[in-house]
Amino acid sequence: MAQMTMIQAITDAMRIELKRDENVLVFGEDVGKNGGVFRATEGLQDEFGEDRVFDTPLAESGIGGLALGLAMQGFRPVMEIQFFGFVFEAMDSIASQMARLRYRSGGKYHAPVTIRSPFGGGVHTPELHADSLEGLFLQTPGVKVVIPSNPYDAKGLLISAIRDNDPVIFLEHMKLYRSFRGEVPEGEYTVEIGKANIVREGSDVSIITYGAMVQTSLKAAEKLAEEGIQAEVIDLRTISPLDVETIVSSIKKTNRAVVVQEAQKQAGIAAHVIAEINDRAILHLEAPVGRVTAPDTVFPFSEAESVWLPNENDVIEKVKATINF
Amino acid sequence: MVTKKLEPIESRFETFQILNPEGEVVNKDAVPDLSDEQLKELMRRMVYTRIWDQRALSLNRQGRLGFYAPTAGQEASMLASHFAMEKEDWLLPSYRDIPQLVFHGVPLVKAFLYSRGHFKGGQYEGVNALMPQIIIAAQCTQTAGVALGLKKRGKKNVAFTYFGDGATSQGDFYEGLNFAGTYNAPAVFISQNNRFAISVPVEKQTAAKTLAQKAVAAGIRGVQVDGMDPLAVYVVTKEARERAIAGEGPTLIETLTYRYGPHTTAGDDPTRYRSDELTNEWEQKDPLIRFRKYLEGRNLWSKEEEEATVEQAKEDIKAALKEADQTPKQKVTDLIKIMFEKLPYNLQEQFDEYSKKESK
Ligand SMILES: Cc1ncc(C[n+]2csc(CCOP(=O)(O)OP(=O)(O)O)c2C)c(N)n1
Ligand SMILES: [Mg+2]
Repeated sequence: MAQMTMIQAITDAMRIELKRDENVLVFGEDVGKNGGVFRATEGLQDEFGEDRVFDTPLAESGIGGLALGLAMQGFRPVMEIQFFGFVFEAMDSIASQMARLRYRSGGKYHAPVTIRSPFGGGVHTPELHADSLEGLFLQTPGVKVVIPSNPYDAKGLLISAIRDNDPVIFLEHMKLYRSFRGEVPEGEYTVEIGKANIVREGSDVSIITYGAMVQTSLKAAEKLAEEGIQAEVIDLRTISPLDVETIVSSIKKTNRAVVVQEAQKQAGIAAHVIAEINDRAILHLEAPVGRVTAPDTVFPFSEAESVWLPNENDVIEKVKATINF
Repeated sequence: MVTKKLEPIESRFETFQILNPEGEVVNKDAVPDLSDEQLKELMRRMVYTRIWDQRALSLNRQGRLGFYAPTAGQEASMLASHFAMEKEDWLLPSYRDIPQLVFHGVPLVKAFLYSRGHFKGGQYEGVNALMPQIIIAAQCTQTAGVALGLKKRGKKNVAFTYFGDGATSQGDFYEGLNFAGTYNAPAVFISQNNRFAISVPVEKQTAAKTLAQKAVAAGIRGVQVDGMDPLAVYVVTKEARERAIAGEGPTLIETLTYRYGPHTTAGDDPTRYRSDELTNEWEQKDPLIRFRKYLEGRNLWSKEEEEATVEQAKEDIKAALKEADQTPKQKVTDLIKIMFEKLPYNLQEQFDEYSKKESK
């Protein structure tokens, strides 16, 4: 098995799918010769030609519309939004159009589009680049939202996303792109969309999280273990649809939960997870579910990122509050 | 048979030029009526901005500045067009147009704070300008709004906006032109065509041979100008401003220019998408060299003046950096406070929570 960074795993997934299925097309701003501003599509245009991997004019709503149109011609578009903060430009083409294509055609048409996009804080991008906007798409019926936390999952989930017959938003946390390597099998394999992963087992509390906060939560769990608290850490991997089964069975074991997200608090993924827990497992709880989030401001100017983003200590404190309730 | 109606439209958009690359006047009738002092001031601004660009790049490498979009090569396009603006005119810049902001009255220290990602970098006082726009072409529709507002208020002022070649692919660009045209609003749209949108060459951005011709569909005037020629840029911008104020409608100006440096300091490597030959070719058209020759020919510019400008720039940058360093670090509570006029419950609670954390 190869050791890869998350971004290498992502490139590998696209290469495999471009090779496997001639209907797969990769396009977006700067994805061709430049290989993407993060080099996620590095080498793909050289290997597969400009017919399959190409630059678009600078217009996200155009990119989204193009993807839907190509899907109507039987292609499998893998479109890139250069930074997820720019997704507002493509909101109509995604939320009003792609997400409703199957529904509006009475089930006749579908949009097998994968929307890849970097997001997430901690890397000092200028404003409007790093925002965690996944919550918007949790409230968008008709799209799935996938957020890998490591190279192995990134490759397997991206392959699944490209093969999925419905639109999938695939969000790549910028801080995870090159921060560590992990084992990634050569060749094709898939990780199922909609399935969470227990990345650390424990009996005292369930920490439910995703994206870059998985690493943060794992570090917190290690420190908590030194104090005799055994935390189970669940990496959601897909936030829409949610794997409620894994969440509920973990809570039945631990009877306590803390949800950790990098995004702002209001109407976020954590709020949704907590609502599902209330509906399905409230009688198994011994304490209210804790929530660790960023405050409800606009994503901060880069100089203030480090104090704004939730950290290990925030998780530790919240877990202890839940345990000592 | 080719009918007249099917003739390519770009033939109507020839590049306007006054000074050739050697600094010689090639269009005598068009030479603007600028005083010697004004000509020198324009030169000073361009030299100053070139030095600032060099310093900004090295300060970024040292970690003393953050995000920065290089300007070298685009000085005439930026500053000779801005030279046609009046103090009370409104400026809606992109991330690259920081020099125009500074010459419109925003202190240099604000530019540095913006680069570092400090909220005070966007706090302008007594300057008619919006903050640098990150969302490509969003400023175009806003410009139509500012211009319409100026008109409704009966002001004799104009809204100016700057954006790139890539920006002309966005819906907001077309919408901005169309709205401004519809309301006959006093707006000037300046598309700085520096040949690339990050890595994508303008030839792959659009099938249009000129960007200026995009004005046609909106029913407004469009003009393409040699963006390395300060006099030509000034003249067309000045005329566009006068037409706008006279109620003759908005104008789209396309400046043909080039950025010598990387797209921004965030890891762009131009060797991946453009050749050194192309860059060399454009460096031969350099606006500073051209204007220096022109001014020297008229005995308006000397080595001493050049050096004094360079020194001034260096001193100003040093002082502004010092001021930026002395600006208190921003806190989460600072950011919470600027969210609303009156904080809703959630932010009020979070304000209290973070105040406690920050006082620890
Ligand atoms: C809506 C949106 N999409 C994409 C980007 C990322 N981006 C920043 S600058 C840029 C290229 C802009 O090119 P151009 O308009 O030619 O301006 P230049 O940078 O050359 O001055 C891109 C794609 C963005 N900031 N906003
Ligand atoms: Mg450009």
